[in-house]
Amino acid sequence: MPTSGDKLIEIRIHGRGGQGNVVAAYLLAAAAFEDGSFGQAFPSFGPERRGAPVTAFVRIADHPVRRRCQVTTPSFLLVQDEALLRTGDITAGLGEKGAILVNSSRPAEELPAARNFKLVTIPATALAQQMLGRPVPNTALAAAFLALTKLVSLSALEAALAQQFSGETLDRNTRLVREAAQMVPAGAWKELCDGAAA
Amino acid sequence: MAQPLEGSQAMARAVALCRPQVVAAYPITPQTHIVENLAKLIADGALACELVSVESEFSAASVALGAAVAGSRAYTATSSQGLLLMTEVLFNIAGLRVPLVLTCANRAVGAPVSVWNDHQDSMAVRDAGWVQLYCADNQEAVDTTIHAFRIAERCELPVMVCVDGFTLTHTLEPLELPTQEQVDAFLGPYAFSRALDPANPLSMGTLLSPEFFPEIRHAHHRALLNAQDEIIATDRAWQNISGRSTGGLLSVEGPQEARLAILTIGSILGTLAEAQAESHDRTPAKLIKLRAFRPFPVDALKQECAGLDDLIVLERAVSPGGGGIIAAEVRAALSELSRPPRVHSYAIGLGGRDVPMTVYPQLLAAAQAATPSRFAVFDLQPAKLAETDR
Amino acid sequence: MTPDQPPLSTAELRRHQPVFRGLEAGHRACQGCGQALAARLVTEAIGPDAMIANATGCLEVFTTAWPQSAWRLPWIHSVFANVAAVASGMEAALKAQKRRTKVVAFGGDGGTFDIGLQALSGMLERNHNVLYVCFDNEAYMNTGVQRSSSTPHAAATTTSPAGREREGKRHLKKDLVTIIAAHRIPYSATATVAYPTDLRKKVRRGMQIEGAAFIVVHSPCPLGWGHENALGIEVARLAVQTGLWPMIELERGELVGAMELRNIRPVTDYLRLQDRFKHLFADDPRAREELEHLQELANHNIEVYRLRAEAPDRFDSEGMDTVIRGGLRTA
Repeated sequence: MPTSGDKLIEIRIHGRGGQGNVVAAYLLAAAAFEDGSFGQAFPSFGPERRGAPVTAFVRIADHPVRRRCQVTTPSFLLVQDEALLRTGDITAGLGEKGAILVNSSRPAEELPAARNFKLVTIPATALAQQMLGRPVPNTALAAAFLALTKLVSLSALEAALAQQFSGETLDRNTRLVREAAQMVPAGAWKELCDGAAA
Repeated sequence: MAQPLEGSQAMARAVALCRPQVVAAYPITPQTHIVENLAKLIADGALACELVSVESEFSAASVALGAAVAGSRAYTATSSQGLLLMTEVLFNIAGLRVPLVLTCANRAVGAPVSVWNDHQDSMAVRDAGWVQLYCADNQEAVDTTIHAFRIAERCELPVMVCVDGFTLTHTLEPLELPTQEQVDAFLGPYAFSRALDPANPLSMGTLLSPEFFPEIRHAHHRALLNAQDEIIATDRAWQNISGRSTGGLLSVEGPQEARLAILTIGSILGTLAEAQAESHDRTPAKLIKLRAFRPFPVDALKQECAGLDDLIVLERAVSPGGGGIIAAEVRAALSELSRPPRVHSYAIGLGGRDVPMTVYPQLLAAAQAATPSRFAVFDLQPAKLAETDR
Repeated sequence: MTPDQPPLSTAELRRHQPVFRGLEAGHRACQGCGQALAARLVTEAIGPDAMIANATGCLEVFTTAWPQSAWRLPWIHSVFANVAAVASGMEAALKAQKRRTKVVAFGGDGGTFDIGLQALSGMLERNHNVLYVCFDNEAYMNTGVQRSSSTPHAAATTTSPAGREREGKRHLKKDLVTIIAAHRIPYSATATVAYPTDLRKKVRRGMQIEGAAFIVVHSPCPLGWGHENALGIEVARLAVQTGLWPMIELERGELVGAMELRNIRPVTDYLRLQDRFKHLFADDPRAREELEHLQELANHNIEVYRLRAEAPDRFDSEGMDTVIRGGLRTA
């Protein structure tokens, strides 16, 4: 549970249509709610289309957030498709204290963006394929992100998932969350959250 | 109990709580999730309702009209092109004084084609004779939807609940939904005094000669003006049940002694309010949230604006060749004051352009202008235009 | 109905049906209006337990000049193009309220063949429990006789006049019956004011259908068609006897019944009585060609709907040459 104060964390999620970008954003915001925080999430809107680049925004705070503008100075980026790091300027606005979590099977050092920003990779698509039978990276990425930042507890994420799924599907997603959380250094980005304010 | 909900989903649940018996559905971005959510509630047995999947918005409004006159609470939702397609029927419904609720997920009107948020659609039908209420956030959208059925049925006027497309409809945040018991107590069953009934046959929609027409139109106008009281009373009654107020006709935040105010409509308020809280520019400024556009709350506005030196009217629509739509009505209303403020008219965020926090200090600076803006597009980027088009 | 009288129950309403008159006299239709006659016949057959949605057109205008109304049924007029959608909404409401009152939609040919076709198609596709009756006077009569897609080929209207370059309407009468048939609704039929018993029977059939039913009633317009006010019935009967107005019934798009013809008349007998076709009787090869076209259309109907009677029928008095009719003409 974040400490009280004017704390506002802004996250941008970059992906392609069909990868569950918006779901990832909604999941993080719902998890924040389960943890007693305020979460706001919305897509960069447009007609839906598989494969096209899409962006979603999340704000997590300890107080209700009223602003509705797009996130232009995120503290964190979640990148569902690593190719987006090469095309387009998705790191625009990410401060020097910012950090990027990338869905990739390559080690972080191999990605050029790692030269400028803190960067962690996780093979979220492969993990999802293995554990859910579907190559949708969003849940794994969300879990890894929360493990890194400790912004919201993993049990809150699981509670948010339980609102959407039940039975076998929920079990698989829960196992996926726990597996993904172990594939990144827990709490490595926690201090980035403590200093962050809009 | 609050829960994280997408705006459309919450609105659909709010509609369902009002127990409509007929919902007309036709898809259009960005309203579609509302009717999809309603369809799912009906399919899962959570709402006993006839969902009529019509073949156009023109028919959606017509189906809702037919249902309402046949004695059932009815609802539909649309945006932009769909709202304009049903325009003839909107005038018809209001002129017949039929209670109905319609959600307009505000979206720009083509051409140029746009799916993004602005208010051109609902502003284009401001003369249709409907009550128009604008929501600043999704909680207001939920509460206003519930208010709308009560206002409509008590005033025998149709009510349009305007909600920013995408910006509100597609945003997830924690929202409070009331209980079924609370809504049942608040609304009661649908009762339309002139419902079609073979036991008491009436003819509705008859030809009216010049001998009687002006009187009927006057009565309609008066009914809309009188609805101001009902809008306020409904807000208070719901506040007693839910603990929440939407502000009635309009509401104000910011220092009472401020001589500068910014008037907005819709969801832009939240961004300005947070920008104001964080701004280095500590110029006292009031933020006036206009909730009711029809009826236009002249008296309430005069009361809030008396004593102001400058009023910025920030809107998300334009009457091409004319200028600001809300600004024109504000200027007319405030001309009744002995010392009306200078009114600066701006449009912003047309076609869904994002409105960043940085506009706030820019607005404060603009208010200093020697001549207040007659009308301008505040976030215009002239470099994108040929010289002759600027 | 005064406020002091207690409301009638559905059972009471239905008991009054045989003497019920849904459309009262005193309305402002033209003398000899086929549509007014048709509406009276139709509402007598419908009975009092119904509610009507009526499209813009002659019928709505001449029955409801506020503060008077000729309707004894609950009635609503909305706009021109939406009667089928309004009726759909009324039906959905009554279904939700679990009431058996029938919804009936009335439209002219303009509001049905043209501007209202989309809403009609939607209503039929969703199979709403509505009886739709189209009063077909074959033009936009209320606005002064402009052509609609229902106007017959070669008929003159103000927007399809005859002249040096034109022989009236260039295009064929839209085959609405086939369009309706393609929706595969439980019941559809053509009818005419010239056979009122047949019309009433078809209306009663439509009222009993659980689902969408459609009837188009040929309704002569003395003003628009250019015939004497008193000859409406005769003109309408000739339309049937020439084969130009086939009298058919369809279920789920399949032909299940047709009124047989035993005394098939040449189209000229019908056309000759109406000013809207008088240009076809000029001494002009193009006029003669159009007469042939119209005869071909009639022949086609007779063939496609198998209208020619195979054998005599002692209950069909049409072919009997020992019957002498009185009146201004013999038909």
